[in-house]
Amino acid sequence: MTSATPSLGPLQAVPNEPSAFAEIRQETLALTRRLFVQLARRPSTLVAGVLQPLIWLVLFGALFANAPEGLLPGGGSYGRFLGAGVIVFTAFSAALNAGLPVMFDREFGFLNRLLVAPLRSRSSIVLASVLYITSLSLVQSLAIMVTAALLGYGWPGAAGLLLVLVTLLLLVFAVTALSLGLAFALPGHIELIAVIFVANLPLLFASTALAPISFMPIWLGWLAALNPLTFAIEPIRAAYGGSFHLSNVVLNAPYGDLSAATCLGILAALAVGLFLAIRPLLDRKLT
Amino acid sequence: MIELQHLSKQFGGGSRLTSVQALDDLCLSVPEGCLFGLLGPNGAGKTTALRILCTLLAPDSGSVTVAGLDGLSQPRAVRRLLGYVAQEVAIDKILSGRELLTLQGDLYHLPSVECKGRIGELIALLGMEEWIDRRCGTYSGGMRRRLDLAAGLLHRPRLLVLDEPTVGLDIESRAAIWQVLRQLRDQGTTVLLSSHYLEEVDALADRLAIVEAGQVIAEGTPAALKNALGGDRVTLRVREFSDAGEAARVQALLQECPGVRQVVVNRSQGYSLNLVVQDSDVIERLRRQLAAAELPVFALAQSRPSLDDVYLQATGRTLMDAELSVAGLRDPKVERKQSMR
Repeated sequence: MTSATPSLGPLQAVPNEPSAFAEIRQETLALTRRLFVQLARRPSTLVAGVLQPLIWLVLFGALFANAPEGLLPGGGSYGRFLGAGVIVFTAFSAALNAGLPVMFDREFGFLNRLLVAPLRSRSSIVLASVLYITSLSLVQSLAIMVTAALLGYGWPGAAGLLLVLVTLLLLVFAVTALSLGLAFALPGHIELIAVIFVANLPLLFASTALAPISFMPIWLGWLAALNPLTFAIEPIRAAYGGSFHLSNVVLNAPYGDLSAATCLGILAALAVGLFLAIRPLLDRKLT
Repeated sequence: MIELQHLSKQFGGGSRLTSVQALDDLCLSVPEGCLFGLLGPNGAGKTTALRILCTLLAPDSGSVTVAGLDGLSQPRAVRRLLGYVAQEVAIDKILSGRELLTLQGDLYHLPSVECKGRIGELIALLGMEEWIDRRCGTYSGGMRRRLDLAAGLLHRPRLLVLDEPTVGLDIESRAAIWQVLRQLRDQGTTVLLSSHYLEEVDALADRLAIVEAGQVIAEGTPAALKNALGGDRVTLRVREFSDAGEAARVQALLQECPGVRQVVVNRSQGYSLNLVVQDSDVIERLRRQLAAAELPVFALAQSRPSLDDVYLQATGRTLMDAELSVAGLRDPKVERKQSMR
């Protein structure tokens, strides 16, 4: 223990306040770094996160390898059809779970440390999770795409990669916002896990990840055509199908045909809407 | 520096049966540069008051002013100038202490070079060199507490708020924390700490407030509060262990003695007698009176009024009794939910 040092005195003059952007960047990056340090020291999440979709791809692809001829509209192989679904579903699951670490921070009191700090915006907590999950999803997606290519399911090309990046970013943003909103609204992690459990697989089955709308009963087709996962899956699937343009029709929904641009637009609107919707939850009574 | 006005806070809303009135019109004023102690038993509302002060909780009614800023309408400005060391130390087990401090520095928007230097200073000040780069999950209670104190001090706050900073700590860590708190005060930081240790508040605080059932029931410097009580305390044992009859007889005898204000039989201490006397001259009179009645004296101790006497006077019970009375009534699970945000 050293004797009195001048550094213990309080800081009287507040230095020039940095710009809002600089402050939000600093706090967001710090929070993101924490998530990555956690991942690096507990790599099992990453290993399982990469392996699981590959198992999906291989096992599900094999399960329907002998699917009857007219199942798929384009007439391609089922494995080629499945790739886009697995990519999107993997990113979706990761984003849906994004609220869990925040919930544990709430329960262990670590969140208080963030809330008592003069964060320029508590949205930084959301942005950090979005950055983290998106990066994770990209790694997973690359693994899926490479595996799919090795299995002979094709490769979407450079434009396809860019499309995957944009689509995943929008989807992850929307779902992460939703999950973090739940993490702030629900009483504890048991409830959050219950919601994730109930939402996860049904949303997968009620989307075009595993089968096209034309294969579904009418009511399920409607559900799938309204499911945000479908809007993310179809543009990526179209990129896998060869020459791709944003104005191409990628989804024949019961209510009309949607282009890739429309699908992405809907995802973007969803992301912005959910982000705005959960902000009051982040701020609670004190802003 | 701090003005809490008429704070009220109820938990558990809804039905009257389950709700708890944590704060009931609490008023508190802490001058700048003061080391201020908030003394009260567990469950008195200390933590709730500190959480409201630190903008973690909104009161049902009342106002919070810190350095002239309204805590309810300008919480971010208040957060900038205060450091908060919570009761339950929340750390990330995976991060090292240094990584946690770096994260904290970024949350307070310190420039990275300055932050690095500041962390180095605090490591030296709090003696954390040996273990600061180990993961927090391996730390002892004392290490965690020091790390948390460092985190609270990182941005050089004008006001440091500590909730029960030394509960369950080893003597060495406690002494280290006390020393730092004194240094902080000496160099101009306002320090507000809550405690249910009389000794801690007596040793540290320039001023103190006694909190009971969500209200401040006494406030002042420790010396002034004790002096206001007046008189001296005397503990008398005629034998090592007396019986009830003898204690009652001695009580009756001494009550008549001039200068004796009060005689209480303390059954839990082998029927010893606790007296309040006007001044120290009364002691000789007591001795003569006892000798005349041919009563022995096993022990006769005299003291100035203590903080515990202040507490007793203000609340009608000792702090230890207050602690015991709520010990079985509190539900840690419910309280944890209350502190969740």
